[in-house]
Amino acid sequence: MIDQLVIAGKTYGSRLLVGTGKYQDFKETRAAIDASGAEIVTVAIRRTNIGQHADEPSLLDYLPPEEFTYLPNTAGCYSADDAVRTLRLARELLDGHTLVKLEVLGDSKTLYPNVIETIAAAKTLVKEGFDVMVYTSDDPIIAKQLEDIGCCAVMPLASLIGSGMGILNPWNLQIIIENATVPVLVDAGVGTASDAAIAMELGCAGILMNTAIAAANNPVLMASAMKKSVEAGREAYLAGRMAKKLYTASPSSPTTGMIG
Amino acid sequence: MIVKMQLVVNGNIKQFDVSQMTVAQLVSELQFVGKRIAVECNGEIVPKSQYAQSILRDGDTLEVVGAVGGG
Repeated sequence: MIDQLVIAGKTYGSRLLVGTGKYQDFKETRAAIDASGAEIVTVAIRRTNIGQHADEPSLLDYLPPEEFTYLPNTAGCYSADDAVRTLRLARELLDGHTLVKLEVLGDSKTLYPNVIETIAAAKTLVKEGFDVMVYTSDDPIIAKQLEDIGCCAVMPLASLIGSGMGILNPWNLQIIIENATVPVLVDAGVGTASDAAIAMELGCAGILMNTAIAAANNPVLMASAMKKSVEAGREAYLAGRMAKKLYTASPSSPTTGMIG
Repeated sequence: MIVKMQLVVNGNIKQFDVSQMTVAQLVSELQFVGKRIAVECNGEIVPKSQYAQSILRDGDTLEVVGAVGGG
C-alpha cells in the first residue's frame, strides 16, 4: 500500500520529521537521523562564528542538502518580524528554498507559541511565497485560521517543547485533525514511542520531534523506535481500531464445543 | 594599521585599512568562501549573486548566518 505524506505538493515516504539539535556530535546526529528514516530535518539559522577555522566541519557536511529536505526554523524568535527576517535569510542561505517551519514563542520559560505573532508572520510569509509549516498551540480555532491564511501544514504541540510530557490534550488534537484539510503534525512534547503512536492513531499526518530522540540514553535506538511507532500508529489509524466496549466482554475463542 | 573603515559583523567590530570593500571581499576575508551562508547588510539581504557588486562602507552592520542543529 502506498501511503505517502504530501506537504506543499511534494511527497515523502516517512511521516517522522526530526530536529538536528542537542546531539553529542554530528556523527551521532547523522546516525540517529538515519535510524529514524526521516527525510525532512529541521535546522536553526544562527550567526556564523567569525574567526572559526575554515575547515571546521558543519552540520551540512553530515546532512547534505541533496539527501534531505531542510526545514529551517525560527526557534528563538519572539516576534513576527524576527521570524520573517530569519526565514528570509534561510531562503537566501538555501538557494531559494521555500519550505519553512514557523514558530514564534511567547516566553522563554514555557516556549509556548505566541499565536498572535505567529498569525502575523504566517500572513507575511505566505504572501512572500513561503511554504509554511506552522508550530502552534492546540487551539482548534487558531489552527483553522492558520490553515485559512495558507499554511501548508499545521503543527500543534502535544505538550511543551522539550518537555517529553506526551499528548496532554488528545481531544483538541482530534478536533484540529477533523477540521483540517492540510496535514496536521504533532510538533513538540513527544517523550517516547507510545506518545508517537498515540498521535498517529489520532490521525496526525506526521510527527516532528527532536528532544525525545536526542535526549534518550541511546538516541540511535530511540530514533529506530520512533520510526516503528510512527509507522505502527499510522497503520493502526488506517486500519481503523475496534470500538471500545466498556464492561462488554467478548471472548475471542469459540463459546461452543467446550469439553466436559 | 590606519583604520579607514569599521564594520559590525555579527555584533563584533571589525576594522579595516581600506575605506570600502565588496561583500565578496569580506566573505573572503572571513574565510567563508564556499561555505553555505547568507548575508544581511543594514537589515537587507545581500543575494549571493550580488556579493561582487555590493560595496560596504564605514558603519555598515552585517549579519552572516548559517544553518546549525535545531529542532
